This record gives sequence, structure tokens and C-alpha cells, in this order.
Amino acid sequence: MAFISSGYDPKQPMKDRITDIGPKDYKEFLPPVIKKNYGKWLYHEILEPGVLMHKAESGDEVYTVRVGSPRLMGVQTIREICEIADKHCGGHVRWTTRNNVEFMVDSKDKVAPLKEDLLSRKHTAGSYKFPIGGTGAGMTNIIHTQGWVHCHTAATDASGTVKAVMDDLFDEFTHMRLPAQLRVSMACCVNMCGAVHCSDIGFVGYHRKPPIIDHKILDQICEVPLAVAACPTAAIRPTKVDLPDGTKVNSVAIKNERCMFCGNCYTMCPALPLSDGQGGDGLIIMVGGKVSNRISNPKFSKVVVDFVPNEPPRWPTLVKKVRQIVDAYSKGAHKYERLGEWAERIGWERFFEVCDLEFTWHLIDDFRDPAYETWRQTTNFKF
Amino acid sequence: MAKHKTPLLDELEKGPWPSFVSDIKREAESRAKNEKGVEYQIPVDVCDDLLGVLELSFTDGETHWKHGGIVGVFGYGGGVIGRYCDQPEMFPGVAHFHTVRVNQPSGLYYSTEFLNKLCDLWEFRGSGMTNMHGSTGDIVWLGTTTPQLEEIFYELTHNLDTDLGGSGSNLRTPACCLGMSRCEYSCIDAQDLCNDLTHEFQDFLHRPAFPYKFKFKMDGCPNGCVASIARSDLSFIGLWKDNIRINQEAVKAYIGGEIPPNGGAHAGRDWGKFDIQKEIINLCPTKCMWMEGDTLKINDKECNHCMHCINAMPRALRIGEDTGCAMLLGAKAPILDGAQMGTLVVPFIKCESPYTEIKDLIEKLFEFWMEEGKNRERVGETMKRIGLYKILQVLEVEVDARVVQEPRTNPYIFWKEEEVTGGWDRKIEDYRSRHKM
Ligand code: HEM
Ligand code: HEM
Ligand code: HEM
Ligand code: SF4
Ligand code: SF4
Ligand code: SF4
Ligand code: SF4
Repeated sequence: MAFISSGYDPKQPMKDRITDIGPKDYKEFLPPVIKKNYGKWLYHEILEPGVLMHKAESGDEVYTVRVGSPRLMGVQTIREICEIADKHCGGHVRWTTRNNVEFMVDSKDKVAPLKEDLLSRKHTAGSYKFPIGGTGAGMTNIIHTQGWVHCHTAATDASGTVKAVMDDLFDEFTHMRLPAQLRVSMACCVNMCGAVHCSDIGFVGYHRKPPIIDHKILDQICEVPLAVAACPTAAIRPTKVDLPDGTKVNSVAIKNERCMFCGNCYTMCPALPLSDGQGGDGLIIMVGGKVSNRISNPKFSKVVVDFVPNEPPRWPTLVKKVRQIVDAYSKGAHKYERLGEWAERIGWERFFEVCDLEFTWHLIDDFRDPAYETWRQTTNFKF
Repeated sequence: MAKHKTPLLDELEKGPWPSFVSDIKREAESRAKNEKGVEYQIPVDVCDDLLGVLELSFTDGETHWKHGGIVGVFGYGGGVIGRYCDQPEMFPGVAHFHTVRVNQPSGLYYSTEFLNKLCDLWEFRGSGMTNMHGSTGDIVWLGTTTPQLEEIFYELTHNLDTDLGGSGSNLRTPACCLGMSRCEYSCIDAQDLCNDLTHEFQDFLHRPAFPYKFKFKMDGCPNGCVASIARSDLSFIGLWKDNIRINQEAVKAYIGGEIPPNGGAHAGRDWGKFDIQKEIINLCPTKCMWMEGDTLKINDKECNHCMHCINAMPRALRIGEDTGCAMLLGAKAPILDGAQMGTLVVPFIKCESPYTEIKDLIEKLFEFWMEEGKNRERVGETMKRIGLYKILQVLEVEVDARVVQEPRTNPYIFWKEEEVTGGWDRKIEDYRSRHKM
């Protein structure tokens, strides 16, 4: 494989350089019916799970077929999406914020052949390439992060946990039988690159052991003051350490009981790894968040399961607990009620009971000021 | 033949949901066959080695990626994230496996022509694996080597008319909902605003000038489909100020059961006959709706535009016509001091191209934050440290009861001297003339 130049000349990086042009104009990519009726839509209807119809003032209609995706996809799959879009949709396609793919056609008779084509395509090992669903009072795709596929701080895998949970809840993706929409998100460490902190259900990779200090190399590869400053709980202090070979080096000491396992120090200093496959790492489950302003205000998610072990490849305990929560919600909530609204109506004490989850001392907030607001300051509770 | 055995990953090829393992294998096989005769610029077996290193992580429950070193393209402080494998001998194909963030078009619409060109470039100069899309919104390309970075950038800018996205202590790639392009709820042209601000602030996007990252997101209405209120340092949410437009005929049709409520969103279960009193009027959080005979009435002055009734009866109710947006500042994930939701700083602002007023506010904010923000402090944390009122002063927006959920519960007010009659300069002699010691 010979190196092929694009035209870039490393000796003259500024020659013909184009910078700061930003993204391409979105208007170039709009399907004609969308462009024509831009800002002039009257109403929409979900005709069946995964199929939307939007009606414009002009009388035009656009039919959208929404399909799930693993987000992590190769260009072969993207080319296949293009091929489908060329065949049915005049060469246009869009993605949704939650990693679904939407194929749009401008008349109803084009929907059935498109659906049939999408559902007929499967990977050789059997999974759907383009399952239809993700609309209305059901579950849509799980927003997630990188995990072991690509991140250095991941405490669990993202794509693997999402695949396991989506397989189990597949029928909620292809149906609309929940009380309201269920937004599920996943992040592989407490940095939470996804919006897990405001989802109906979120699961988050989580370390439980303080960093291991690599005294031998720490001072060579890190700035000690930066590592010290990185720690939000002031658990790290500079120190000098005698190595087994007798040399004295600058390093750090960590007060383990102050550590909240956030990994900030590792981000600043690679000599402080904290991943642990020997019983340390796993996940927590959070529920009850939302971002929409509908009926009640946006809310944060709350931690309701303090620890689920990493059980690759299919994370059975995680899958089971998520299912327990979804089933109890589906059974107990009123129409239009989001998971967090339901939990608040019945009370969190009741939530743990109906979901068959254990409330442990780990779930009592003790992190800084806002913790106080989460303790109960009333006798209004249930037995 | 697969290069590495992956018994654990193979388990994730089972089940109905699209398998990412099958997808990586598909890419690996396509590269091995190379039917189109591509002159791959990075190792042909990169996807095989990606499967290999992932299988190893599944086996020992730990990630095998090292810290990103500093890599990038000349003159830019973001857009590329360095990534190296910690087992390069076992998996040489992914020894260097950097991420490239490509700025997505607003609203995530594509022509297949453009997508295919992106695929050609990434297959040729990278692993072929992508995230469509990263959580910030970018097209994320996973895995290439350092010498390819300038080449990719050159081809992106010269042949694809597209730029890199943001990373690091920069403005991150702005993102929006699909807005007016296909949503009748959109009170603002979210795509246009997103595209316009992205171009306006290119310099901040590519050159780190901030204490930490900064994100803009735009939601066309309070439903919040891009979750801007939770995920962006500065969130724009479309609103209307006037009246909800009512089509009384359609209201009757909903009551009569001729149109399914909520656009048919609940069709999968029998929830009983639609009951406008129970499902709409009683759930309205401000209790500002009622029926007079078969006519629906709304006291719009009391409506807090929560969207419930409009979502539930989209054919009968439409957003008003005097539209603009609210601006909320400071949302962030829990790290470090706990999660923060965006705080309302501008209750309503007109939102029309060229967005001069909005840009003025942003410039004031940036100038202040670059001055006052501490290293690695998100703007929401700066605001928490110095107080909401100071931010309002910086933005020069009028104080308004709308910016608080409730007034303060303590009397510790920092009065300013000029606000108090007579000032603070008092003479003890005067006091003593009234009070003996
Ligand atoms: C110390 C804090 C953090 C560190 C060290 C960190 C590190 C990283 C790294 C290395 C990546 C690239 C992953 C990859 O593509 O290989 C990443 C992606 C990302 N981060 Fe963070 N991050 C931090 C905090 C956060 C927080 C607090 C948020 C959100 C509020 C966030 C949002 C994101 C997003 C949206 C992405 C794109 C991920 C994706 O494509 O799915 N990060 N982060
Ligand atoms: C009750 C509140 C909500 C209603 C009525 C609502 C309504 C809708 C509608 C009608 C669409 C389709 C828009 C279109 O494609 O034309 C949509 C899409 C979407 N909504 Fe919402 N939404 C609500 C809350 C949320 C929340 C809380 C989130 C995120 C946490 C969210 C995230 C999305 C996303 C990401 C899409 C794009 C399509 C997808 O990926 O499924 N929505 N929503
Ligand atoms: C709006 C501000 C406040 C009001 C209106 C207020 C009012 C009162 C009243 C009416 C009493 C009962 C007096 C009595 O029994 O004769 C009281 C007692 C007391 N207040 Fe306050 N107070 C305020 C703020 C504070 C603050 C800020 C503190 C301390 C930081 C404080 C500490 C106390 C204490 C220690 C008592 C005695 C309680 C006891 O007898 O057990 N108060 N206050
Ligand atoms: S959530 Fe954490 S582990 Fe996952 S991609 Fe973001 S920084 Fe990496
Ligand atoms: S993991 Fe977090 S709390 Fe623990 S030492 Fe590192 S920075 Fe401090
Ligand atoms: S945020 Fe509002 S305007 Fe934007 S897509 Fe969602 S419902 Fe429509
Ligand atoms: S938008 Fe919300 S607050 Fe306003 S009338 Fe409808 S239900 Fe009531």
C-alpha cells in the first residue's frame, strides 16, 4: 500500500489551505417535498410504529419510515442505506438525534415497498439491519457512548450493553404500548458523554476502586500539580516515594476513603489507571429523568440500582433489572405519564417496592449541598 | 477467515437488534476482499484488529485504549482525538486509531451523493468504521493514523466542502432538532440558527480559547428533542408568546374519536375512549383550559407552553404566531459538582436571521467567561460560583421573575451601598449621640 497524497504538501502546510469553512449547507440535502413545505407543516400522525405522516398547508404529505441502527456502523452499511435511499427516496435520507435512520417518501403508495425492502435485509448472523419502530409511546434507540470500542476511561462496554438491552426490549421498539415515550441512554463512565442524567432510564459504567499509582513513571509523564488539582474531593496530594531500587521519586498519594472513583485524575495523568476487571467495575442504573417540558418540568435521573456487575457478553443482571423497571412502569403508569412522573406520584418508597429493587445506603445522597434537598423533610410518606 | 477468534462477541450477533459485531465483521470482510481495488492507506486488517482488541476487553473486563496524545491538523486545536491501543503487538492494525470529528449538516439530512463521497474518503484513509453520530452531533470517524490526518482534512475541505467539528476547550459542534423542516411544533428555524452560529463562530470552534468546552444546542419547541436543556452550555428553546391556534372542528373530531390522540402515539394499547377532560384539561399544568359546551377555551395568558395539549391534539391545536426563543445557560453532566440543568437567562428573544441580538449576547458571554472562568470550569459552574444575577448583568438583560423558580428563602442580600438611603458611611459620634455606651 503506497502512500497516496491528497495534494497536501507537508513542507508547505499553508499552500492552498482551506480552513474554517464549516459544515455544508443543510439546505442542499433536503428532499424536495421537505424543502417545498419548510416551516409550513400542519400536523403529523403516526400511522403505525415507525411510520410517520406529516401534512403540510399545501396539502403535500411526507411519509417517514424510521429504523434503528447500532450507531457504530461501517461504510458498507452506510452505502447500503444510500442504495435504499436511491431506490425509494430520490437519494435523500436523514439520521435522528437518537441514532435512528429516517427514509422519507412523498406518497403513501411508496411506503409498503420501502418497508418490505427494509425488513428483508438482515445480517448473515440473523439480526435485522433496519428494524422499523422507535415512535410514539414506545421505546426508541438508546443513545450511547464509545465504551471498550474506543475510550480510555470506559468502565464497561457501550455497544455491548446496548445491544443486550435492545434485544430484550425489542418489542417495545416495534410497538407503542407504553404509557408515554421511554428514552433510554447509556454512558460508559461518569463523564456521561450521553445525556444519561436526564433520561427515563440510564445505565452508566462505573469504577469502584481508587486509582493504582504507577510511581515509577508518574513524574516522567504527568505534571504532579495538575493531577492534584484534577481531584474534585482533594484526595490526592504530592509526595515522595522510595522505589524498590532505592531511587527517590516525586509522586502522589491518594486518600482512598475520599475517592469517588470519577477518573478525573486519570484523564489528567495516565499513570493513575483505575479500570478493574477483577470485581471493581460495573454499572449503576438511573431512572426518572426527562428533558421535555411537557406537563412537568425537566428532571434529573436518580440512581436506583447501586451496582450491577460487568457480565460480558450479554450483561444478564443489567438486562433483568432494566426489564423489571420497564414492566412495573408499563403496568402502573397513567397514559401520558413519563417514568419519573409516575415514580413521583406513587412515591419513591413505592417505586422500589413495585420494581422489586433494593434500597441500600448507597442510594442516600451525600455528595455536597444538593444532597440535603433529596432527603425527606415531611411526614408525607407511605408505609 | 477471521483473523482473531471472538467467541464472546459472536454472542452479540444473536438477537433481533442490529448487531454492531456483524457490522464490524462486514467491514473487515469487505476490506479483506477489496473488490473495488481500494489502495487502503491504513492497515487492511484494521477492523479485524478492532474486533480482536474488543474481544480482549470482553475477556478481561477492562478497556485497552490508552490516553489520547496530542494529534491534530495544523492550525486547529480540535476535531481530532488521539487514540492508541495498549496492546500494539497483538493488534498492530489499531496501534494508532485516532478519532476524526466531521461537522454534520444541521438537522442530519444527507444526499446519498454526499454520503457516498464521505464513505469513499473514510474507507480509503481510515478504518471505515463510524458513529452516525457522536453524542455531540458530529459524524464521528473511528480509527486512522497520524499521517492520514492532514490528507483527510485536505480532501474534506477541498473536495467535500466540509470542515472538522470541535473537541477540547473549544466551542463544540452545535446541534439542533430537525425544526421547521419537518416538525409543525417548531417555533424557530432551529436548523438555520444552528448553521448560522456554527459559521459565525468558526474561530472558537477550531481554536481553544475557553476555560473548557462550550456547547450550543437548539430545540424548536419545549419538547426538547435534542435535549438542549440538559446537554448544552447555551440552549435555545423555541416558544410562542401569543395564543395557541384552535381548530374547533378538529377538537370535536378528537372528542368524537375520529382522530386518534397524540398523533396515534398510543395506538398499541387500548387506553379506552379519548376523554378531553381527563386527558387534556385536567393534565394541563396551569389549569388554563376548559370546555364551554363543545368549544375548547384556553386562557392563553396563563399557559406556560408546556406543549401537552398540542402534542395530544396536533390537528386541533397549533403553536402561536408570535414566536422566538428562550435562552438557558449552564447545563452539564454530573462531573464534577453534580449535574446541572440549563438556567433561564433570557425568557424571550426574537430569533430571525441574521440573529444580531442573539450574537451580541453570545459575544458578551464569551468575553466574560474567557476572563472570569477558571481552568476546566464549565460556564454553568462559573455561574454557580458568582451567581445568576452577575450573569444577567454581564448579558445586560433585565431582571425578571421568570428567571427564578421561586424567590430566595434566606434574607442574606448583598445590598449595594448606593441602594441604601444615606450610604454606609456613618459616624460613631452621631450614633453615640442617640445611644449611650
Ligand atoms: C473529564 C471529563 C471528560 C473526559 C476526559 C472526556 C473524554 C472524552 C473522550 C476521550 C472522548 C472521545 C471518545 C472517542 O471518540 O474515542 C469523549 C467524547 C465525548 N464526550 Fe467526553 N469527556 C469528558 C467529559 C464529558 C462530559 C461531561 C460530557 C457531556 C456533558 C462529554 C461529552 C462527550 C461527548 C458528547 C462525546 C462524543 C462521544 C460520542 O461520540 O459518543 N464529555 N470524551
Ligand atoms: C412528551 C414529550 C415529547 C413529545 C410530544 C415529542 C414529540 C416528538 C415528535 C412528534 C417527534 C417526531 C418529530 C419528527 O420526526 O417529525 C419527536 C422526535 C424526537 N424526539 Fe421527541 N417528543 C417529546 C419528548 C422528547 C424527549 C424528552 C426527548 C429526549 C430525551 C425527545 C427526543 C426526541 C428525538 C431524539 C427525536 C428524533 C427522533 C428519534 O430519534 O426518535 N423527545 N418527538
Ligand atoms: C427571616 C429571617 C428570620 C426570622 C423572621 C426569624 C424569626 C424568629 C422568631 C420569630 C423566633 C422565635 C423567637 C422567640 O421565640 O421569641 C426565632 C428564633 C430563633 N432564630 Fe430566627 N428568624 C430568622 C432568621 C434566623 C437566622 C438566619 C438564624 C440563624 C442563623 C436564626 C436563629 C434563630 C434561633 C437560634 C432562634 C431561637 C430558636 C429557639 O428558641 O429554639 N433565625 N427566629
Ligand atoms: S462516557 Fe466516559 S468512557 Fe464513555 S466515551 Fe465518554 S469519556 Fe469515554
Ligand atoms: S478517581 Fe476522582 S476522586 Fe478518586 S482520586 Fe481520582 S480524581 Fe480523586
Ligand atoms: S424539539 Fe420541538 S420542534 Fe424540534 S423536533 Fe422536537 S417537537 Fe419538533
Ligand atoms: S400548552 Fe400546556 S400549559 Fe398551555 S394550555 Fe396546553 S397543556 Fe396547558
